[in-house]
Amino acid sequence: MNSLHKGPEATPGRHEAIKAVPVRHPGRWVGAAVILLLAAMLIHAIVTVPAFKWDLVGHYLFDDRILHGLVVTLELTALAMVMGVLGGILLAVMRLSPNPLLSGTAWVYIWVFRGTPVLVQLVFWNFLGVLWARLSIGIPFGPSFWSQETNVLIPTFVAALLGLGLNEAAYMAEIVRGGIQSVDEGQHEASQALGMSRFDTMRRIILPQAMRVIIPPTGNETISMLKTTSLVSVIALEELFRAGQNIYSRNFQSIPLLIVVSLWYLFLTSILTIGQYYIERHYARGSNRALPPTPLQRMRGLFQGLRSKPAPKPADAGVHGGGGEGGGLG
Amino acid sequence: MTDLTNNPTEVQPGGLMVRAEGVRKSYGLVEVLKGIDLEVRQGEVFCLIGPSGSGKSTFLRCINHLEKVNAGRLWVDGDLVGYRQKGDKLYELKDREVAMKRRDIGMVFQRFNLFPHMTAMDNVIEAPVQVKGESKAAARERGMALLERVGLADKAKNYPSQLSGGQQQRVAIARALAMKPKLMLFDEPTSALDPELVGDVLDVMRGLAEEGMTMIVVTHEMGFAREVGDALVFMDGGVVVEAGHPREVLGNPQHDRTKAFLSKVL
Repeated sequence: MNSLHKGPEATPGRHEAIKAVPVRHPGRWVGAAVILLLAAMLIHAIVTVPAFKWDLVGHYLFDDRILHGLVVTLELTALAMVMGVLGGILLAVMRLSPNPLLSGTAWVYIWVFRGTPVLVQLVFWNFLGVLWARLSIGIPFGPSFWSQETNVLIPTFVAALLGLGLNEAAYMAEIVRGGIQSVDEGQHEASQALGMSRFDTMRRIILPQAMRVIIPPTGNETISMLKTTSLVSVIALEELFRAGQNIYSRNFQSIPLLIVVSLWYLFLTSILTIGQYYIERHYARGSNRALPPTPLQRMRGLFQGLRSKPAPKPADAGVHGGGGEGGGLG
Repeated sequence: MTDLTNNPTEVQPGGLMVRAEGVRKSYGLVEVLKGIDLEVRQGEVFCLIGPSGSGKSTFLRCINHLEKVNAGRLWVDGDLVGYRQKGDKLYELKDREVAMKRRDIGMVFQRFNLFPHMTAMDNVIEAPVQVKGESKAAARERGMALLERVGLADKAKNYPSQLSGGQQQRVAIARALAMKPKLMLFDEPTSALDPELVGDVLDVMRGLAEEGMTMIVVTHEMGFAREVGDALVFMDGGVVVEAGHPREVLGNPQHDRTKAFLSKVL
């Protein structure tokens, strides 16, 4: 080590911490000024134009009908995504199965549901009662053991759920399939060599690893689903958007109510984005040697730093669980 | 030392563990194994050497049915691999039956193939808990003994990405041993390791051999083969070119191809 630094220019000053003048970015200051100006103009325009009627926005933001619609939207999003994810996993596993019957069935399902507009599917499920007045379980062309009126069996909420969930399953199937195929072939071999069944291999080894690839697009799908639920308004289910529509069809205050609805959608998608961040972190276990701190941890660290400034941080050692023995990592 | 290998007592020492007769395997039109005949005895350390592409890894994978044999017969501990024979008819085994047979055969891979989302300990206890239905507490206790034995008791809570290659491979060996196999297959266990880390893995394998574990080792470590091996086979182009005791084959090769290969690797 010493010999490397023994040059003619080796001076004691070389080992001090570097205090250099950082590169200046004058362009950024100019750009920031321009953007601030444009933002001010936009805010001025929005606030002063009377058509926005901000007082009405405030008035309707927590209106009972809007809040009720909000709950329906959340229920629909959650249930449709659960249906989509479970259905998607099932379809993806079927699609990758060596059994041609299973993979063929999954292929046709995905083909139909991805190939037709979700709006059409929603209307179809809603009109199922027109096609078949009663649904029954029995032998085709033979006797039936059980039957029920379609409109009782499938009320509007269920029709909406079927339309959104079954469609989502087709998209999720492709996402899950991509995730499963991203897992190294050696993982299959290792678990097979240990005598694990195909099912256990999938459940314990492959899917948890595929999650890292599956989660980010699933987050996007959830955010997309939250907004897609507004399509359900066409079959007269009173979710968030329909609730807004119902109000402005009577008082003709469409712009303020659309703003109310948009604010709620924006709020909910923001929350989902935060949730996605933490779920992604969870499934990154084992792939990163040490995870970067979350914004919350960073903030807490900052406050602790401000309150007292101890020289070294003794808490850091615990994160790595012992770390490696000098250069053994590879 | 406790007998972690737990060799089944009903198998008499010196009996046949693996027998291959005219084993052939092709991928499409390419034939990788062109009729392999060999016998591995109980308690033996059996080394397979040869140039890459000679079919030694493929043969190893046939033994636990990761690859399907196209022709010939392969027995492990007296049972036909992958099939059941009734009269002169062969019936394919179901997935569950194949999995059942694999429990008794441990395998160690060139690229370790540890489960990256599980800690070292969880890797080791995964199969005993999931496949054999052992209790987690009991599996952990034995898992700790196994990790201790490969010198990694202090790494039980580390994920594979926090371990060096040599440490990962030793965890992989502990994972295979956790199923109490009667046969261990090693597929170039040290080929993906930095030279300085090879020794630790070979030490663990040497210890296993001393305890009487039956091992089939595909390797390029001629020193290990000479010192620990009981039998050695040189394969090239999908056939067994030369077989015998490691010291004989490595020290006094009879065949030109063996000589040419050894002159390059020794």
